[in-house]
Amino acid sequence: MNTLSGDNLGRKDPASQRWLLRGVNFKVTSGDRCAIVGPSGAGKTLLLRSLSLLDSLDEGEVRFNGKTYHGRSVPDYRRQVVYLHQRPALWEGTVEANLRRPFGLQAHQARQFDRSQMIKWLALLDRNASFLEQPQRELSGGETQLVGFLRAIQLDPSILLLDEPTASLDHQTAIAVERLIDHWMAAGTESRAFLWVTHDLGQAERVSNRTLQMKQGELRDD
Amino acid sequence: MSTSYLELSLWQVALAASLIIVNAIISIVLKLGLGRTLLLASVRTIVQLALVGLVLQTVFEWNRWYAVVGLMAMMTLIAGLTAAQRSKRRYPGIWTDAILSVWASSWIIMAFTLLAVMKGIDTWYQPQYAIPIMGMLLGNTLSGISVGLNTFGEGLVTRRSEIETYLALGATRWEAGRDAIQNAIRTGMIPIINSMMIVGIVSLPGMMTGQILSGTAPMQAVKYQIVIMFLIASSTALGTVGVVLLGFSRLFNAEHQFLPGQLRSPADPPRAG
Repeated sequence: MNTLSGDNLGRKDPASQRWLLRGVNFKVTSGDRCAIVGPSGAGKTLLLRSLSLLDSLDEGEVRFNGKTYHGRSVPDYRRQVVYLHQRPALWEGTVEANLRRPFGLQAHQARQFDRSQMIKWLALLDRNASFLEQPQRELSGGETQLVGFLRAIQLDPSILLLDEPTASLDHQTAIAVERLIDHWMAAGTESRAFLWVTHDLGQAERVSNRTLQMKQGELRDD
Repeated sequence: MSTSYLELSLWQVALAASLIIVNAIISIVLKLGLGRTLLLASVRTIVQLALVGLVLQTVFEWNRWYAVVGLMAMMTLIAGLTAAQRSKRRYPGIWTDAILSVWASSWIIMAFTLLAVMKGIDTWYQPQYAIPIMGMLLGNTLSGISVGLNTFGEGLVTRRSEIETYLALGATRWEAGRDAIQNAIRTGMIPIINSMMIVGIVSLPGMMTGQILSGTAPMQAVKYQIVIMFLIASSTALGTVGVVLLGFSRLFNAEHQFLPGQLRSPADPPRAG
């Protein structure tokens, strides 16, 4: 059982000193499928970046299983709480090279790229093993998103922070990704959870069992 | 020292300077409009070099360690400031970093040179050796540093999303910044490596030419040139590594966060608030 909690989180715009995020309190535990909805500019991406500790907070604490993470332990935190950028970057090389890359990091030393698992996931996305051989520069925007997504879930995070993962996908592929996440969650309900930022209320309803409303830097649990 | 060279009179210098007429005529005939610029360039050449000559003459005659060290310190400071100023991407602290890197690298190599390599000179601070060698070290180290800084800054801006993606996947700041660091250091060191490759083939180096002109036997001049090439190479390497690592520690904090907001182009409007 894992818990991610935000305790009175606040962030200011460094230039204007205006609060972009203020008084955000929430708790996510394993099994939670949270959708975060709200108008653009409400601070949804900012919240996810803060939760992945990519940006410093001006107020409050992020806790994972009751513990705060600073300095040397930050990579270990990000191993368990993985943030998926709206436009994840891929490196030069094939899809497989991109999927293998995180395993070269200290934080993931203990793990190895699992090709057969990857092929199973690809099948859920109506793609076969030949997708792994495709060079990165020939991928469409949507396929890039898929690779970024697969690269994140193969690391077996406890909490997945998803920033509009289906934004550049066609409807059919988006549905396939939803199915894949559902599959991934079902395979580890006792240890996994996600926070999914989306614009699409229909999607929020399909994928989540809990919806959080973000408005002008504040978060409401509905 | 033997004076086996021809002592130039002012008249001879003036004769050479009159060659500027060639440039002037070309400018007039081809309507290049370079008249004022040519005049300014000529005056600057004469005035700047005369001033440097005066300073050098004074320091050489004075021949005190503090005068030599003082002059070297001034040269180092200017080199550091120039290196930072040439960078297209700046961050708070870049001036300190550039000065510190130029200083540490060139002075370490200089100490090694004066105390070990050039053993046998009258005093460790003998200006005849200390000043020109320092000048050559600084000139090259400064370009290594500015190329390194520039490449690093550009690299971080263009790789921003790669770096953040990597951090988000659990990379340490070192793992995330490594590509940009390596690339910057490599680029900073390439010019000196290239010139080591072609030295003597494409052109004769200035110092060696100067020594030969003033009567030094060619093989001696060559020995000096070889020494200088290695001094420059090591100082450039130290300086480039130093400045890139200092920059890295300012643009990536101990929380393994990347701070691209710190990187500003001098062309950007100043930050509000």
